[in-house]
Amino acid sequence: MIKLSRSLIFFCSMLSLYGLTFSSFASQYVFEAGHPSLQRWLLPEEVPAPDNNKTTPERVELGKKLFFDTRLSGDGNMSCATCHNPMFGWSDGLATAKGFKSMVLGRATPTIVNTGYNSIQMWDGRKATLEDQAMGPMESHVEMNMSIPRLVEFLKTSDYAKSFKKAYPDEPIGTETLAKALAAFERTVVSRNSPFDRWVKGEKDALTPAQINGFKVFVDPDKGNCEVCHSAPNFTDNGFHNIGLPSYGAETPDMGRFEFVPIRLMKGAFKTPTVRDITTTAPYFHDGSARTLEDVVDHYITGGVVKTNVSPNMKALTLTDKEKADLVAFLEALTSPQKPFTLPAIPL
Amino acid sequence: MKALFITLLLLIVSATAIAKTVEVAQKDKEFTVAEVEINKGDVVRFVNEDPFFHNVYSLSDTKLFDLGSFPKGEYRDVTFDQAGTVEVECAIHPAMKMKVIVKE
Repeated sequence: MIKLSRSLIFFCSMLSLYGLTFSSFASQYVFEAGHPSLQRWLLPEEVPAPDNNKTTPERVELGKKLFFDTRLSGDGNMSCATCHNPMFGWSDGLATAKGFKSMVLGRATPTIVNTGYNSIQMWDGRKATLEDQAMGPMESHVEMNMSIPRLVEFLKTSDYAKSFKKAYPDEPIGTETLAKALAAFERTVVSRNSPFDRWVKGEKDALTPAQINGFKVFVDPDKGNCEVCHSAPNFTDNGFHNIGLPSYGAETPDMGRFEFVPIRLMKGAFKTPTVRDITTTAPYFHDGSARTLEDVVDHYITGGVVKTNVSPNMKALTLTDKEKADLVAFLEALTSPQKPFTLPAIPL
Repeated sequence: MKALFITLLLLIVSATAIAKTVEVAQKDKEFTVAEVEINKGDVVRFVNEDPFFHNVYSLSDTKLFDLGSFPKGEYRDVTFDQAGTVEVECAIHPAMKMKVIVKE
């Protein structure tokens, strides 16, 4: 037995000597730029699209115009981009969104960055695909509040008709093609060229030593324990967790996923958002209650403020000030270089 | 009376002996099988092999259950006592889906 223990200690020492660390029982990383063990964090170059809506330039161009067109709202003053604004990391910079007539809504606007890679959409997962989701805000009376028959009539009788013909030649102009075009555009809003991605691909100096240490903290279940939910490659498990935010202690809290999956675990559970491009999308959490990344980390250190129904994957963290700073430095390395974005000319 | 008692006992014992337990694991955020076919009265043992918590539930009319959450190495048993198809999911990770087909 003693011999076995000694062998184990020797084995672990050798692993440590060669920079090997177990992040969990399921995964093992070597924290060296370009190492094969890191490649699972790279997103595929092609964003997956359904067979009936393969991405084409015509569809993307049409979707882009529609995305920025305020005439898709009842008052003619809101577009998709009003809340999913490229200047705010495809979100809105607000704690929670503002809808029809500036009504303050209950949840933060999720970024559309990398949503094309996700297998489920919305904070509560009530829509499976971008196509399923696209009509929702227009139909909602508290969001864009649009009359859908009026909208379809407008699209058929405006210059949009030509663009629809090009993008979807065998399909009628209607809510289905409108949703498809918006989804096709959203699939082009992608972040996968961050310093972290470049380091994973082999660029040694893409991350600082502090950021590499922050990544170790991120994946270590005994430190940050972040990877348990913000998993590879899009930093989300497409899963639902109650993370013990103070707002869940309200008298009638937002029940999140529970409204669609009435399982106790889902009370107050929300979808894990990606943390790619995270520096562009403050404030954070579904209720916008964290102003900075430091605030986010401070929350996770508590293991959840409201413990009622808190996710079993949450636990109080013990991080030194340096580990905390390194973790934030790592999160900052997940933002791709921000490129100028050209707004579309809108058909009349 | 004694004969009836023995017959009943034998029936119970044979029924218990016939009922089998089928193991289905949760590994790498997937159920290890997409579908499992069992007989009425059989047990499915759901084993978590991932280093984080999973859930198993079904809202099916044939078998309604919620196994809560359990960590790596633990398991929960479900006896399927009615014939039909039962859609099973993990509430935490909704991409994890499988079916239990229960035969008469």
